[in-house]
Amino acid sequence: MAVCVAVIAKENYPLYIRSIPTENELKFHYMVHTSLDVVDEKISAMGKALVDQRELYLGLLYPTEDYKVYPSHQLCRYGYVTNSKVKFVMVVDSSNTALRDNEIRSMFRKLHNSYTDVMCNPFYNPGDRIHSRAFDSMVTSMMIQVC
Amino acid sequence: MAAPAEPLPPVIYTMENKPIVTCAGDQNLFTSIYPTLSQQLPREPMEWRRSYGRAPKMIHLESNFVQFKEELLPKEGNKALLTFPFLHIYWTECCDTEVYKATVKDDLTKWQNVLKAHSSVDWLIVVVENDAKKKNKTNILPRTSIVDKIRNDFCNKQSDRCVVLSDPLKDSSRTQESWNAFLTKLRTSLLMSFTKNLGKFEDDMRTLREKRTEPGWSFCDYFMVQEELAFVFEMLQQFEDALVQYDELDALFSQYVVNFGAGDGANWLTFFCQPVKSWNGLILRKPIDMEKRELIQRQEATLLDLRSYLFSRQCTLLLFLQRPWEVAQRALELLHNCVQELKLLEVSVPPGALDCWVFLSCLEVLQRIEGCCDRAQIDSNIAHTVGLWSYATEKLKSLGYLCGLVSEKGPNSEDLNRIVDLLAGLGAERPETANTAQSPYKKLKEALSSVEAFEKHYLELSHAAIEMHTSIGRTRSARLVGKDLAEFYMRKKSPQKAEIYLQGALKNYLAEGWALPITHTRKQLAECQKHLGQTENYLQTSSLLASDHHLTEEERKHFCQEILSFASRQTDSPGHKIVLPLHCFAQLRDLHFTPSNAVVHVGGVLSVEITMCSQMPIPVYVEQIAINVHFSIEKNNYRKTAEWLTKHKTSNGIINFPVETSPFPASQNNLPALELYEMFERSPSDNSLNTTGIICKNVHMLLRRQESSASLETPSGVALEDGAHVLKCSGVTLEPGANRITFRTQAKEPGTYTLRQLRASVGPVWFVLPHLSPRVQYDVYSQEPQLHVEPLADSLLAGIPQKVKFTVTTGHYTVKNGDSLQLSNAEAMLILCHAENRAVIYSNTREKASDVSLRVQSSDKVTSISLPAAPAYHMIEFELEVLSLPSAPVTGGDSSTLGVTEPHRKHKDTQKAGYCMATTDHKVSIDCPWSIYSTVIALTFSVPFRTTHSLLSAGTRKYIQVCVQNLSELDFQLSDGNLVDTGSSGDLQLVPLNTKTPQHIYSKQSVFFVWELKWTREPPPSLRCQFSVGFSPASEGRLSIPLKPYTYEFQVENFFTLYSVRAEILPPSGTEHCRTGSLCSLEVSITRLSDLLEVDKDEALTESDDYFSTKLMYEVVDNSSNWAVCGKSSGVISMPVAAQATHRVHMEVMPLFAGYLPLPDVRLFKYLPHHSAHSSQLDADSWIENDSLSVDKHVDEQLDSGSIKSRGSVHSASSSEHKGLPMPRLQALPPGQVFNSSTGMQILVIPSKDDHVLEVSVT
Repeated sequence: MAVCVAVIAKENYPLYIRSIPTENELKFHYMVHTSLDVVDEKISAMGKALVDQRELYLGLLYPTEDYKVYPSHQLCRYGYVTNSKVKFVMVVDSSNTALRDNEIRSMFRKLHNSYTDVMCNPFYNPGDRIHSRAFDSMVTSMMIQVC
Repeated sequence: MAAPAEPLPPVIYTMENKPIVTCAGDQNLFTSIYPTLSQQLPREPMEWRRSYGRAPKMIHLESNFVQFKEELLPKEGNKALLTFPFLHIYWTECCDTEVYKATVKDDLTKWQNVLKAHSSVDWLIVVVENDAKKKNKTNILPRTSIVDKIRNDFCNKQSDRCVVLSDPLKDSSRTQESWNAFLTKLRTSLLMSFTKNLGKFEDDMRTLREKRTEPGWSFCDYFMVQEELAFVFEMLQQFEDALVQYDELDALFSQYVVNFGAGDGANWLTFFCQPVKSWNGLILRKPIDMEKRELIQRQEATLLDLRSYLFSRQCTLLLFLQRPWEVAQRALELLHNCVQELKLLEVSVPPGALDCWVFLSCLEVLQRIEGCCDRAQIDSNIAHTVGLWSYATEKLKSLGYLCGLVSEKGPNSEDLNRIVDLLAGLGAERPETANTAQSPYKKLKEALSSVEAFEKHYLELSHAAIEMHTSIGRTRSARLVGKDLAEFYMRKKSPQKAEIYLQGALKNYLAEGWALPITHTRKQLAECQKHLGQTENYLQTSSLLASDHHLTEEERKHFCQEILSFASRQTDSPGHKIVLPLHCFAQLRDLHFTPSNAVVHVGGVLSVEITMCSQMPIPVYVEQIAINVHFSIEKNNYRKTAEWLTKHKTSNGIINFPVETSPFPASQNNLPALELYEMFERSPSDNSLNTTGIICKNVHMLLRRQESSASLETPSGVALEDGAHVLKCSGVTLEPGANRITFRTQAKEPGTYTLRQLRASVGPVWFVLPHLSPRVQYDVYSQEPQLHVEPLADSLLAGIPQKVKFTVTTGHYTVKNGDSLQLSNAEAMLILCHAENRAVIYSNTREKASDVSLRVQSSDKVTSISLPAAPAYHMIEFELEVLSLPSAPVTGGDSSTLGVTEPHRKHKDTQKAGYCMATTDHKVSIDCPWSIYSTVIALTFSVPFRTTHSLLSAGTRKYIQVCVQNLSELDFQLSDGNLVDTGSSGDLQLVPLNTKTPQHIYSKQSVFFVWELKWTREPPPSLRCQFSVGFSPASEGRLSIPLKPYTYEFQVENFFTLYSVRAEILPPSGTEHCRTGSLCSLEVSITRLSDLLEVDKDEALTESDDYFSTKLMYEVVDNSSNWAVCGKSSGVISMPVAAQATHRVHMEVMPLFAGYLPLPDVRLFKYLPHHSAHSSQLDADSWIENDSLSVDKHVDEQLDSGSIKSRGSVHSASSSEHKGLPMPRLQALPPGQVFNSSTGMQILVIPSKDDHVLEVSVT
């Protein structure tokens, strides 16, 4: 259901980014990158309230439509930011209207848990790109899961 | 505000709509009241309680009063709500019963019947009372009667349906009161009517909606019904509620589309799937787009029409609600959604049509919002509108690309046809915007009209979008728009304009480390730079791209080829160099020095092997790879290097360079780790802690201003360093991946060489690594030749052959054949020449170079060692055997004091816990061929033995014991122990009591030798002896040379026994044994064994009539506290100097313990008069003892009167004492002169019977 999943470091470089139609990876990179604008905006707008409420989910960042590359896809980007300012961005094919906000939330939570597992790995250096098979397979499961 | 008299158009769908209230009865009366009424009605709000739990609302009511007509009443089934008369009012002024009966009643009945026929129950009868009129007619019934009558006639049970309005046009309090009551009634009635009718309507509507699954159901019909409700809410100014109606419609439609996509199609929806023929965008300037509404009503609307209409309504309501930003947000959603829905419904859309529609719509929305907000508001809400701006930009761009407006040549005929088609779909411009210069319609039409106009509009939009993005901090989005713009410029063949945008975008991506966008942007930049002819930049970008793993192999090869072809082409200007950073071409992985410690002597060969990882996809021939070396003469550099080596180098001498991970952002990569240290500051006085803290030692690194990352892309300050010292390697082909390159250099000048720059040249292209980090250095040193001589073992032992190692470090000196070391022989040290000596030559790195034989020639003065030829910076090592001859015999010390001092020394030495070997130093001076000066080398030999002697007595028989102690670690074989008297007296005989066989002496062990002294005549007072013993190392079988024996000379004096002391303890008389606590008698007998001898001649000797006597002092001391001596324990006796002269002393002692107790010691001293000059035997302690003794002596002499013969002399001695002169002194008799025959005797002491406590002490 997710078309692209990205984990972005505090410094805004990608720790992990994968998209399902791999031939158009670049587009997703650009897309995720620009969505950081909105993530930043939301974080600064929420500011302290976000931390206090322990609400990590940023909601819909903004929808886009690009019929040239994806004629039948409208893509929605959702954002999520952890306490350590690591951001998760998910691009969802918005023709998939059955996807509700709650499901997106739970997907993010799943992603967050998996990311925490990666961080717990003593051989993982925080800040390095994520090369974890477990994480990979979790992302894959989120991408192919049919609704 | 239509005047009641005016004929009303049947339906007016405008905002001016108000709920309709019909007026029947006296029209003139109403006309007169109307102005006041219409003014008063909305003045006060009224609470509207609503059904379905909806929150009550305060609303200001307004009404449209129209003349009652039967046509106005809705017919059965007519759902129109907007034209629905909510309230019917009958106005009458009648105050005359007659008139009432005659006309009014009939009229009212008729009115009522009509209402009843239409089942309308919302009515009101207003009776206006007029005082003026009343006065005119006197026969008037009481006014109430008319009202009552009316109430009676019409308002059965509902008397409140009839209201009285008194003197409405007057200005009195009564009038006011009656107005208020009337208005309240009117409002309440209206609201009641609303509630009832709207509720009914909603119920009907819901019923209709529930039927949506039925086949004949039409969305458009339903749309119209629900919109009716929305209109009414809007009419009542309840925009929120009106919006809800539209949102419900929106959601319902969306759901249908989604279901359609899922295969659950509704029939009516297929109508919306008709091909899009018109794309004239949203129209938001009119409150209601009647044109579109009619289309919907006629069920002829397309999807876009429906959406447009729906949105225009929502937009209108949102603007009423002062929520323009929601309009923008919803607009973007709507546009996306429409595009999406058209795809989902598979509606055929001509290419570009949607772009036009979206573009027009975006601009329309923006202009609409701008129209209702001021500048400041817009500026502060850019975040909401910027999406529309960039969307419009995007759409215009794609239109431009579609229609060939971006290409350099302009649109071709096909493009032009497409443009015409697109323009046709726009239709004619709407009349509302026809006069506006900047209408979206005009803009689009103009933009599509020509290449120039398109450019103008596109740039305008792009810049606006970029500006907006930037102003709200959305730099990334701005970059992306900028990149599109750059693409556009590239298409337009103006790369100089594109470059800045590409650079900007690239900088952003680099800073944040987005690999794929970096690669893509670089690719674009490369093309741009190529067009611009920026050779260096292009080559650099190419090299970066050629090493980029995100590109395909083909692309990488292409860019690599670009560099190579440039390098091979440019030969016209030979001096011109293009300097590029190395890291994108190849990466330095590690560096390895041979020798691995990176220290080389002058003239030595140093090789540096580097591993370069070529990033290029194909093998590249590099003409030269060079490392610039900085040379500095540093004193003490060798040590520094050694230190540096241990710190920075792995043991194998490989220096690893950190791999540059270029895709990562600078922020993460460049910052070094914090180096934090604890800090404690203590006060100097009492060492208490003053301050403590943490110090960051690399603040200067961390707080350094970040270099702008722009320098990553532009060939920046990579300056070529020119230095005299360069390591070069020519003609290398770098294969993709790791390459090993070896540089060789011969060290010339001593000093420190720091590797600075690494560069690889491919034609005129130079790839330069400006700094090697970590710092890499090598050192060249020069060394003077040196000779070291050191023993092989820990120490050299004298007397036996020992090996000494000679090490010649040649340094810069080359040892030629014939060079020799000349050793001037020391007298007591022999250099033993064997038939063959071997020397080993080592290279500087301790590798064995050769093994040659060594020629040693020895003459009596000089030993010459011919050195083998050896190159500089080598080491020659060989061993020689040396033998230290036992030098002058170790003297046994001062002979006269020997017997006494020996125990003293022993005592001291045991305290020191171990003996040191006596040493002898031999100095050898060596002449070296490289120096005019001789080298003096001292070799220290240790004597392995320590020898002591002692004199033993048995009565008058004498024995000499020699103890040889082996102090060394070796075991020895001792043989031929011999003692000879070196003195003159010949009658002295030394009878050995030793074994003849060789004896083994182990390390740290002793061997004793004993001889008996025998003499016939009077023995001499002193005896000089020499002890000699042959020794050889026990481990070695046979020695090549005879070894000299070990000798020891000593002197024994006063060995002849003069006195025999005998002590005896007798138990008390009558008892068999001594008992503890009881007094026993101690008998001491001192016997002179010889006549006058030479040794007796001293001051103590007194002579009277050939009768000699000497003074002795005895002392009974029990050191072990076994005995308590009762009475005096010492005394002076005068001893006749004659054989067998005996002196007995009797005293009482008491045993303190039971058991076999040794007898107390009896000591004898010579008692010397005070004027004796030399008796240095006694120290200060003895003096004090003496002092006390002398006191004793007085008592002693006075008591012991009878036993002493020469009393006077004693007196003289004591008198001289009293004169304050020095006391008489005591001199211990040499041990050889006194024989204590009771030494070692023990006596049994039994415990006393009454002593029940047995004390046993174990020590």
